[in-house]
Amino acid sequence: MSSLINPNRPPAYCPGCSHEVVTRALDLCFKNMAIDANRVVLVSDIGCSGLFDTFFNTHAFHGLHGRALTYATGIKLARPDLHVVVTMGDGGLGIGGAHLLSTCRRNIDVTLLILNNFNYGMTGGQFSATTPSDAQVGSGFLNKIEKPMDPCQVMQAAGATYISRVSAYQKDLADQLQQAIQFEGFAGLDIWGICPGRYTRHNPMTFKTIQAALDDVPAFDGPIAENTRPEYGRHYRQMALKQQPAPMPPKVEKQFTSLINSRNGVLILGSAGQRIITAGEILCLAGLAAGLHASQKNDYPITVLRGHSATDVILSPQKIGFAGIESPNVVLALGQEGVDRRKALFNSFSDETFIIMDSRVALPECRGHKLVLDFKTHKIKRQDMAMASLANLAIQQKLISMPMLEEALRIRFKGKALEGAMALTQRSAEIT
Amino acid sequence: MSLTLLEGNEAIAWGAYHAGCRFFAGYPITPATTILSTMMKILPPNGGYCIQGEDEIASIGFCLGASMAGQKVMTATSGPGISLYSENISFAIGSEIPIVIVDVQRLGPSTGYATKGADGDIEFLRWGNSGGLPVIVLAPTDVADCYILTAHAVNLAEQYRCPVFIASNKEIGMARESLDIESLDLPAEIHRSKPRQGTPYLPFAAGPTGVPDFTPIGDEIISRQTSSMHGPDAFLTVDPEVIAVNQERLHKKLTGAVESFTYYDLHEETGAQVLLIAYGITARAAQTAAANCSQSGLPVSVLTLKTLWPIPVDLIKKIAASYQQVVVVEMNLGQYVHDIRGIICDRSVKHFGQMDGNLITPGQIEEFIAHV
Repeated sequence: MSSLINPNRPPAYCPGCSHEVVTRALDLCFKNMAIDANRVVLVSDIGCSGLFDTFFNTHAFHGLHGRALTYATGIKLARPDLHVVVTMGDGGLGIGGAHLLSTCRRNIDVTLLILNNFNYGMTGGQFSATTPSDAQVGSGFLNKIEKPMDPCQVMQAAGATYISRVSAYQKDLADQLQQAIQFEGFAGLDIWGICPGRYTRHNPMTFKTIQAALDDVPAFDGPIAENTRPEYGRHYRQMALKQQPAPMPPKVEKQFTSLINSRNGVLILGSAGQRIITAGEILCLAGLAAGLHASQKNDYPITVLRGHSATDVILSPQKIGFAGIESPNVVLALGQEGVDRRKALFNSFSDETFIIMDSRVALPECRGHKLVLDFKTHKIKRQDMAMASLANLAIQQKLISMPMLEEALRIRFKGKALEGAMALTQRSAEIT
Repeated sequence: MSLTLLEGNEAIAWGAYHAGCRFFAGYPITPATTILSTMMKILPPNGGYCIQGEDEIASIGFCLGASMAGQKVMTATSGPGISLYSENISFAIGSEIPIVIVDVQRLGPSTGYATKGADGDIEFLRWGNSGGLPVIVLAPTDVADCYILTAHAVNLAEQYRCPVFIASNKEIGMARESLDIESLDLPAEIHRSKPRQGTPYLPFAAGPTGVPDFTPIGDEIISRQTSSMHGPDAFLTVDPEVIAVNQERLHKKLTGAVESFTYYDLHEETGAQVLLIAYGITARAAQTAAANCSQSGLPVSVLTLKTLWPIPVDLIKKIAASYQQVVVVEMNLGQYVHDIRGIICDRSVKHFGQMDGNLITPGQIEEFIAHV
C-alpha cells in the first residue's frame, strides 16, 4: 500500500514538533494496515493537532475546539464501516471534557489520539489540563494553583475499554496506533510529545526525559479488562432491532352527532395526581369521535407529583383559531390548587358558565350554574374525580354524550385500564 | 374525515420522519423534550438513530457529523440550548451542513420560565451566529404547520445545505390539537445534489444554484469538511477574493431564493385599511381578532408569515402596499417589527407585543386596533 499523506500538502509543523513524528507514524500505521484512503476519516479540532487532517488524503472533518469526539460519534453511527480517527490536543481534552467522559462511557468505536504536549501551543503557550504545576507557561502563575489531570486515569474511570500511554518517539508507535484502531470500541491514546515553539524553551524536555517521566506515572497498555463490553453502535443496532415500530397516534373516525354547534372552552382544574391532563385528553378524543376539532393545553409545575394541575380544552365544529380560553363554557373545579392557579379567570364567567365542583373546593366569587358533587361520600377517589365529572357531563348531554365518552375511553385505554374506566363511568352516573 | 390528536412536538417528529430524517440527537429541555421522546419511539425500530447527547453541544455535534456522512438530521431544544448550539450553528452555516434545528421557544431571558411560551428568539435565531450570514427560519402556527413545515425544513436543509430552524413555541409544541393527517399537503422528498461524473470533486465548488454538490464522508470520493475559512477545495485560504466570493455566495443562495420557500397565509377583507402581520401562535389570535373586527364593521386583513428568514421583502411590500395602517403583533416586546419597518418605510408600523407568558388574546388585539 502507498502512503495516505497528501502529496500536495506535505506535513509542515514547527521544526522539532512531535506532531510530525506522530503524523509519520500514523501514515505508516495506515500503510501497514493496507487501508484505502476512503475507508478512513480523520476528525480534528482546533489547535496544532487540527492540522493533521489537512496532511492526509483521507476523508476529513475539522470542527470546533473540543468537539471532535461529538462529530466522530455522529460519523461512526452513520457509517459504521469507516475507521474514525480523532486527533485532539491537551487543549481539546480540557474544553471537551464532557465529551471525553461520555465517549468513554458509550464505548463507540473511534480512536482518540491525544497529542499531549502540555500547553496551548497555537495561542502562545498557555496552560492546559495536563500542564504540570511547576511548569513555566504563558498564563502566569495560574497553572501552579491547579492540579493537572491524568487523561488515562480519567478515561479508565469513565469506562474506556482501551487506553495506552505512549511517547511520540517510541519505536513501536505505528504498531501502537494500529492496535488501537483495530480495537472494536473506544480507544484512547495519551501521546506525550514536545512543543518546541512554545513549551520546551522554558520547560526543557527530550525524548529521554519523556520516557523517564512516563515511567513515573501509571502505565496503560491496551484493553481495560474491567471495562470490557459491547461497542456502542453495534449494541444500539441490536437493541433497536428489538423495538416495536411506533404507530402513529390513532385516527378517530366521526361516528356520532355533535351536541354543540359552536366553540366551547372547558377548564379542568385540580391538583397533581388527579389525572386532570388525562381527563382533558379523553374529552378531546370524545369530541373527535363526533367530528369536532379539539385542542388541549396544560399547566402544571415541574414537581409533577405536587402542586396544581390544570388543562384547557376547546371543542369546536369549526377549525380552532385562538388557542386560549377567554371565558370558559364549562369548568370542572376538582382541586383547590388548580382553582387558585386560575382564579383571575373566574371574573370572566357568565350566567351560562356551567360548573361542576367538588364539595371540598372553595371557588372565588363568580357567576355561572354550579353543580356541587359530593365525591367523598360516594367514595370516588381523588384520581377518579375528573373522569367521574366527564361521565356526569355525558349523562347531562353537556358537550359530550355517553357513547362519545365510551368511545374515547376505548381509544385511550386497553385491557384492565379500560374496564376500570368503563366501570367508573357507570358508577359516576349515580352521583348527583 | 378522520382526526388525530397530536402534540405540536409529536407532529414535528413525524413530519421530519416522513421527509426522510433518520438521525436525531437532542438533550432534554422543557418544552422541547417530547420531540426527543417521540423520535426515540419512531427512529430506532425504523433503522434510524435517536441519541441523547451529554449536552446540547454534543447533540448538535452528533448531527453535524452524521449529516456530513449523508444522513438527514434534526435536533431540538429551547432558547438555552440554542445559546449552546450557537458556535456549531455558525459552523453549519459557513460549512454548508444540512440540519434542521427546532427551537420550541419558552419565556426568556436565560433559563426563563420553562413552561411558559414566547416568541422571544426570533432575532436570536437569525443573528445568533458569528459572521451574521443568513439562515432559514420557519414558524408554525398550529399542529398542522408543525408537520408540514418540518417536512419542508428537512427538504430545504438538503436543497440549500444550511441550517433550517423551526421557530415553535411552548404553546404549540406542548399543546394537543386535532389534525386530519391525510389532508396534509406534504412535499416530495428532496436530496442533496450529487457531484457530476468526470470532474474532480471540490467540496465547496458551486454551480449556478449557489449550492455545492455533496458526496458523503465514507463514500468512494474523498470528502473534506472544515469549520475554518476555506476555498472550494475545503482547504484553508487567505485569498480575499476567494473569501469574498464564498461569503457572497452563502448570502445569496438563501436571500436570492426566498421566494421559492415563502410560506404564508393571507386573509384579505374587502375595504380593509388595516393589515395585521403576525406569526406563530399569535397569528391565530390575530385571525380571530380580524374576523371579530370585520363582523363588527371594521374590516381588517391578516398576513400570517410562516417563513420569517430570510425575510420575504417583496411579498411584504406587495401586500402592505394597499393598506394605510400596518400592525405587527408578536409575543415579545418588539423584534420582527423592526424588520417590517425597514421594508415599509413610508407609513407608520404599529406594534403590539407582550412578554408575560400568556397568549396575546383576540380581545387585546381588537382593542389595540380600535385605538390606531
